[in-house]
Amino acid sequence: MSSTEREFAHHGAHAEDDHKPKFWVRWFYSTNHKDIGILYLIFAVLAGLVGGAMSGLIRWELMEPGITVLTGFTTGETDMERIESAKNFYNVLITYHGLIMIFFMVMPALIGGFGNFFVPIMIGAPDMAFPRMNNISFWLYGASATLLFLSYIAPGYGSEQGYGGGWVLYPPLSTSVRGPAMDLLIVSLHLAGVSSILGAINFITTIFNMRAPGMTLHKMPLFAWAVLVTAFLLVLSLPVLAGAITMLLTDRMFGTAFFDAARGGDPVLYQHLFWFFGHPEVYILILPAFGIISHIVSTFSKKPVFGYLGMAYAMCAIGFVGFIVWAHHMYTVGLSVDMKAYFVAATMVIAVPTGIKIFSWIATMWGGSIDFKVPMLWAIGFIFLFTVGGVTGVLLANAGIDHYMHDTYYVVAHFHYVLSLGAVFAIFAGWYYWYEKMFGHPYSELLGQIHFWLMFIGVNIIFFPQHFLGLQGMPRRYIDYPVDFAFWNKVSTVGYVIMAVSIVVWLVSIVYAQLVLRRKAARDNPWGEGATTLEWTLPSPPPYHQFNELPKIH
Amino acid sequence: MVSKNGKVAASVALVAALMVGASFAAVPLYRIFCQVTGWGGTTQVAKAEADRVLDRRVTVRFDASIAKGIPWSFKPAQVSQTLRIGETGLAYYEATNNADYPVIGSASFNVQPAKAGSYFMKVDCFCFEEQILQPGETMLMPVTYYVDPEMADERRLDDVREITLSYTFYRNEDAEEREDLGTERRAEAGR
Repeated sequence: MSSTEREFAHHGAHAEDDHKPKFWVRWFYSTNHKDIGILYLIFAVLAGLVGGAMSGLIRWELMEPGITVLTGFTTGETDMERIESAKNFYNVLITYHGLIMIFFMVMPALIGGFGNFFVPIMIGAPDMAFPRMNNISFWLYGASATLLFLSYIAPGYGSEQGYGGGWVLYPPLSTSVRGPAMDLLIVSLHLAGVSSILGAINFITTIFNMRAPGMTLHKMPLFAWAVLVTAFLLVLSLPVLAGAITMLLTDRMFGTAFFDAARGGDPVLYQHLFWFFGHPEVYILILPAFGIISHIVSTFSKKPVFGYLGMAYAMCAIGFVGFIVWAHHMYTVGLSVDMKAYFVAATMVIAVPTGIKIFSWIATMWGGSIDFKVPMLWAIGFIFLFTVGGVTGVLLANAGIDHYMHDTYYVVAHFHYVLSLGAVFAIFAGWYYWYEKMFGHPYSELLGQIHFWLMFIGVNIIFFPQHFLGLQGMPRRYIDYPVDFAFWNKVSTVGYVIMAVSIVVWLVSIVYAQLVLRRKAARDNPWGEGATTLEWTLPSPPPYHQFNELPKIH
Repeated sequence: MVSKNGKVAASVALVAALMVGASFAAVPLYRIFCQVTGWGGTTQVAKAEADRVLDRRVTVRFDASIAKGIPWSFKPAQVSQTLRIGETGLAYYEATNNADYPVIGSASFNVQPAKAGSYFMKVDCFCFEEQILQPGETMLMPVTYYVDPEMADERRLDDVREITLSYTFYRNEDAEEREDLGTERRAEAGR
């Protein structure tokens, strides 16, 4: 009898009690949505620390003009060799920083972590529809991360380690460098994609078939709506990425010429395919964040969310329009004027449903009895920062302006405001909002407040000056810059240090809560009358198997 | 008997599979799209000369470049030609193989402004075929073309006075292997 079967038999004997499997079986063979959610969160935290350390090296190198820092991480014989190596290392850092933060931090945290833990509870389901497929999804992520690490240390360009062509993997560079780093990277992304598609199938089935009696789609909490729309975006967009990188792989390994202009292919086709995935991907990153923010704003304003249906359908609209705006990432490839006019207009249309969401959050707060607890601080921080990023986005949507801004730090500042500051602030908001629910003890309000304020100040000092650098014409993806850009780069790096301190505060707050505060009893609902979704009707942490009797929704 | 969950899962999985198919279908569709619409300045192939010649004139400028890895010099034999719309022009490009081994090249092409692509008709062109140059050989390569009189009917193109025809020569290593030239091994792109 295998150990799983034994566990199963053991369970059968005590079907009604809450006996959890032993450590190894519980965490490594896990099919419980809450345990898998926690595993995803741990995975995302570790990936976030690695990706964050990479951005630290990037900012350290960019603190002063000249190539002075990364040379210390290379093994060349002469100064010249060390500098050449440092250039490759820098390119590798920006590439893997982007991939890790998108695929291995934000997606696992929002969809795999909070999605797995809270979507079944919020819709009144005992678990996900396919618990074993949930397990496969998580461990495919493990395999994918392993391949990503192998790619990072494998030769990419000559004897240099890693692939340094940017996270977008554009040919002809990605098809002409010969080292195995690029091939490993492609397979890693394939596995991450398969994992996400399986997860999406699981979420769609769960949400369609397993809602509690009375929980119609139009009564479903907004976070579940957000994950549902996200799952559809994943299913429609990730296969296109899979197709595009498969073509890269066959161009590299089997002599096809999908993207080889010399043999009748077209590298621009890759950009079309990539951004047909890439643009919905940014909504995949931000929609679950929208869902979390809606709950937090409503909870701490002690009011139901303003315009519930408008909020739900705004997310559907964003998801739909997200598929027909991809070429605004490639205004400079030589699109015709008519084409650009269309993509400018379509892109700007997204501001409408996004505006509905922003104004509905403000309307939810309006006249509410607002409680500025830590999750609410993060949520308001999110709304502010996301709006800043949204405004620069409307600006960049103009093809004429984008010809000037394309690939400058203005774009870097824009997408970090919506993702690094937007999505990450929503992750922290959700972390504090659900901490007591997930872990069964409270967090430290004081440390949470310090964490928020340090991080809010830090990230703004990092990224706001990058708008200036971009407007002055500083291009992204270079290890060095003219001395004229030195001042704001230095400021930006100072901001990084403040942000890094805030992360230390956060880690301390976790250790403090896990070691000291764990003796405090957890409340079922720490937030009072504003918290109305089903997770607050359960104990903290929720029982290993919840809703043996399905809740009735009226 | 498929369960209710199984049905939803299977339909979503089918959608994912169709999207993979769609991404590969994009390859031929994209090519057809470019050829039909002249998108990105894709020129057209004409079977015969134009049926009418207009008074309006247009200047065709010639541009030449080579890709990394081909040991040729390549330049147009004339800077520009001014001709009437519908009139057939003949232009030459001059290519020299600077290497001491034979090299096969293939040329890719487009025109600027891109919107003129669907009106730029090539009757015959060296770019339709692979070109082989022996060591040190210089060759004059002809292109026969005209500007489609239908361009005059399209108001969007009323501002077009000049069209730049551009070629880029690539080394065609597949053809060299097929012809078994037995010369330089494929250059490793990485160091």
